[in-house]
Amino acid sequence: MENNIVIETRNLSKIFKSGSQSIKAVDQASIEIHAGEFVALVGPSGSGKTTMLAMLAALLTPSEGQVLINGQDLARMSDKERVYFRGKEIGFAFQANNLIPFLTVLENVDLMLRINNNYSKETRQDAIELLTRLGLGDRLYSLPRQLSGGQRQRASIARTLIHKPSVVLADEPTANLDTERAYQVVEIYADLIHEQNKTGIMVTHDLRMCRYVDKIIQIEDGKITSILSNQSDIDDLIACH
Amino acid sequence: MAFFLAFKEIWRNQVRFLSFSAVIALITVLVLFIAALAQGLAMANKEYLSKVDGELIVFDENADLMASSSLIRRSNLNDIQRVDGVADAGSVGFSSGKIFLKSSGEFLDVSLIGVDPNKPGAPPVVEGQSFSNNRSSDVIIDANVAEDSGLQVGDQITIVTIRNDEETYNTLPVVGITDGQQYLYAGSIFLTNKTWDEVRTTGSANASLAELTSNVVIVKVENPEETEIVAQDIENQVSGTEAVDIDIAIESLPGYSAQQSTLNTQQGFTLLIGILVIGGFFQIQMLQKIPQIGVLKAIGTTNSVVAHSVVLQIILITTFGVFIGAVITYLLAAFLPAGIPILFSGPSVLLAVISLLLIGPIGGLVSVRLAISVEPLIALRL
Repeated sequence: MENNIVIETRNLSKIFKSGSQSIKAVDQASIEIHAGEFVALVGPSGSGKTTMLAMLAALLTPSEGQVLINGQDLARMSDKERVYFRGKEIGFAFQANNLIPFLTVLENVDLMLRINNNYSKETRQDAIELLTRLGLGDRLYSLPRQLSGGQRQRASIARTLIHKPSVVLADEPTANLDTERAYQVVEIYADLIHEQNKTGIMVTHDLRMCRYVDKIIQIEDGKITSILSNQSDIDDLIACH
Repeated sequence: MAFFLAFKEIWRNQVRFLSFSAVIALITVLVLFIAALAQGLAMANKEYLSKVDGELIVFDENADLMASSSLIRRSNLNDIQRVDGVADAGSVGFSSGKIFLKSSGEFLDVSLIGVDPNKPGAPPVVEGQSFSNNRSSDVIIDANVAEDSGLQVGDQITIVTIRNDEETYNTLPVVGITDGQQYLYAGSIFLTNKTWDEVRTTGSANASLAELTSNVVIVKVENPEETEIVAQDIENQVSGTEAVDIDIAIESLPGYSAQQSTLNTQQGFTLLIGILVIGGFFQIQMLQKIPQIGVLKAIGTTNSVVAHSVVLQIILITTFGVFIGAVITYLLAAFLPAGIPILFSGPSVLLAVISLLLIGPIGGLVSVRLAISVEPLIALRL
């Protein structure tokens, strides 16, 4: 594992205002995540983990603090630069509506190559190989509605990685899967992130899914309550739940 | 990228988009038929005037530009010819009548038009010959009459009119055929003014005028750029006249303006309905696609690509629908029974097609705006 910091937040806060009320969804969060690390961001519903993820993905502007990815401060980018940054440096998987319904599995993965103007016969072949490795070699030309939930998430994994981003973000990727398939999906994420030396963050509320991660960041009411990176601590936490 | 997204979505949802193209095709058929009907009815009314070899028409000033109420005496014609800037002038009389078709034993409604041979107002002959002289009792029929009656050059034509409350039959020789020259929704029969005066339908009141009269005078001016000045001079120098250009005379034809404005309004409303239907369809589709667009934006698709994709989709669907509609219209028109006054003229069809192609993007503007406004955060359900 390399030691260079890929994701860094400094006193990151997000305040949502609703009328006269202010809700602090993320409160003074400071984290460092290195290349090759697969991190779980865990917490109960409404704890602020998805808001945190949105700020890391340059989808949401922080109220306070900084997000640095590969040393670049996202707040200093223009809107247009942020869009290009997301396309190039971030691989994104969502809980639902993940794949574009009118594109085949292969086209969904190709999409990231097209977004980055990097679509060619060679890169298309890379996409086919990645999908084959993920067990979707016989589903390349299927539409998302013809796939099972697990297959859809595996296709989504391929889409997050095909353009070789430095950061992979996954929002509850196992939410709609049964336990066995959920474990498979997380294991694949972990393997590929480690193998390709990417930096991955997975948001989940299910601690069982953390058995393959290198670090667990617990968040509650917007505050980071603990960061566990010792494997025995991680195992103890999972065992407790 | 935009084309890729637009095309793939259409291709993978063919039934939905085809059915929508069918709606656009039906709107196209309706718009093209209304345009053709407007054109056909207009032509059936004005064809003779629109082709006449002259720039001005002189009416009796009390006639309110109604040819049937206008009366111009031969002496007035001579005065008009003497006005500076007038190159030539010919008097024209309008009346209606019927011709008797021996072959079927039926009657065919016609417009009887009296003209001065070789003067403005006289029709160009495309087959046979023109009148031999001012007093000739020859007849020139227009192409519509020739087609409907089967009459040919050299045949005898029986003209039926009412004179002094009595039906009269005049059988005269057909010496020539002119191109389409319909007037007031009927094919035209051209006679010399003298013969026209002898056969035309008359009431008992104006049958006894001593001097030869006609309804209007068609004027050819020396310099078309000075048409307005010549018209003014005619009105000033020939008392009791009103001179207007051909377009104004056409607008004043009975029912012409009311009919055309009605049909144009119908066409406009059909296009408006088209805009609303297209706008509604794409907006509903866009509302259903909001989560999908959120994902596209979250993974790095620019607003420009999303907007272009929507616009391209609208253009593709509209163009396909208009094309199918045009083909259906063409096929339907080929099988329509004769006598329905529809006329597909290049400019009016082109205008209708351009309008139809424009209503797609105009109607889809709202959905483009909606697509641009979708926040990528939608993908995270935030």
